[in-house]
Amino acid sequence: MALDKPYQDVPGTTIFDAEQSRKGYHLNQFCMSLMKAENRQRFKANERAYLDEWPMTEEQKQAVLARDLNRCIASGGNIYFLAKIGATDGKSFQYMAASMTGMTQDEYAQMMLQGGRSPEGNRYRGEQK
Amino acid sequence: MAKITASVYTSHVPAIGAALDNGKAAEPYWQPVFKGYEPSKVWMKENTPDVIFLVYNDHATAFSLDMIPTFAIGCAEEYQPADEGWGPRPVPVVKGHPELAAHIAQSVIQDDFDLTIVNKMDVDHGLTVPLSVMCGQPQAWPCQVIPFAVNVVQYPVPSGRRCYTLGRAIRKAVESFDAPLKVQIWGTGGMSHQLQGPRAGLINQPWDNAFLDQLIADPEQLSYKPHIDYVREAGSEGIELVMWLIARGAMSERAPKVVHRFYHVPASNTAVGHLILENT
Repeated sequence: MALDKPYQDVPGTTIFDAEQSRKGYHLNQFCMSLMKAENRQRFKANERAYLDEWPMTEEQKQAVLARDLNRCIASGGNIYFLAKIGATDGKSFQYMAASMTGMTQDEYAQMMLQGGRSPEGNRYRGEQK
Repeated sequence: MAKITASVYTSHVPAIGAALDNGKAAEPYWQPVFKGYEPSKVWMKENTPDVIFLVYNDHATAFSLDMIPTFAIGCAEEYQPADEGWGPRPVPVVKGHPELAAHIAQSVIQDDFDLTIVNKMDVDHGLTVPLSVMCGQPQAWPCQVIPFAVNVVQYPVPSGRRCYTLGRAIRKAVESFDAPLKVQIWGTGGMSHQLQGPRAGLINQPWDNAFLDQLIADPEQLSYKPHIDYVREAGSEGIELVMWLIARGAMSERAPKVVHRFYHVPASNTAVGHLILENT
């Protein structure tokens, strides 16, 4: 029987549930490894070689190489883990957040200063923005 | 006997800690945030407890995906501030209270809540930012702290109802500890925010303020709010607010005294909410 997942109709949102966590285990543990300075250095020296040490899918590796966080999330990544890639790159969290929304960092920061993204039109998939 | 004197609720946005650590607290962007905590720091000095039972969540720091405890109670002597990728925050070591923590673990597990006992872990911004906003930048934290980590990273997270009833079990445990300790319970995280996907940046000010109203006046009813309401209305990371219900559940059944209330948007990607409630 299918489990109840009412959050699947929330637009622009992927809930990191047990299923996503299973898919993303190695991707997220790769991210976790970047908390150590020596691993960050090895990753930066040869990203592909470092990724190949992990039993990740090719899609996950390509998503990391492209720094496409939405693709990373679709293949099981969780934002708190993925943030460690941004930290390795010396990027702020706000830069990473903006990169997932199709906005520039300035546009995103301005939206936050003006009170953030409104929930109006953003509660259900298919709503008019 | 020990008793719970008050509860404190606050967001734990990492950028707030970074602003303080890097001397940016007086900048126009951050000044309104820290101003909101000025009365709190005064109150904290005048009402320093013996122990803070600090409910927070770990953000892929002490717990990777190797182990995901739903409720984890820290029973250690002390906890080091974690290196989250930028070096540890320059804040004091957190001193625990192993005797009270072990007593609470014993009591709460016998009340059917399956806690994970943690005897060694580092603590991340989820725990240290609340201490910073309430205590400033002291050489040592003014009291002992029992870290209580809740999984709100991987779904399903515990329900609001379960958090609220857990708070009641914690109250019972504290009140049966045979030493005259003053204990505060803090609930941290929130308020509305979403850090992932094309909907990142979501903030819902009316919803947040209604949550604060109901947390004060009718937490029993609030505890039945389903997860999907948090996600849809307050963003995927707004679910952290279930942790506030643990602290509220630990308060007396009598109406609390509202000592301080503060709300501000934005701090980086997040709405900041803060309450101090005293038992009457």
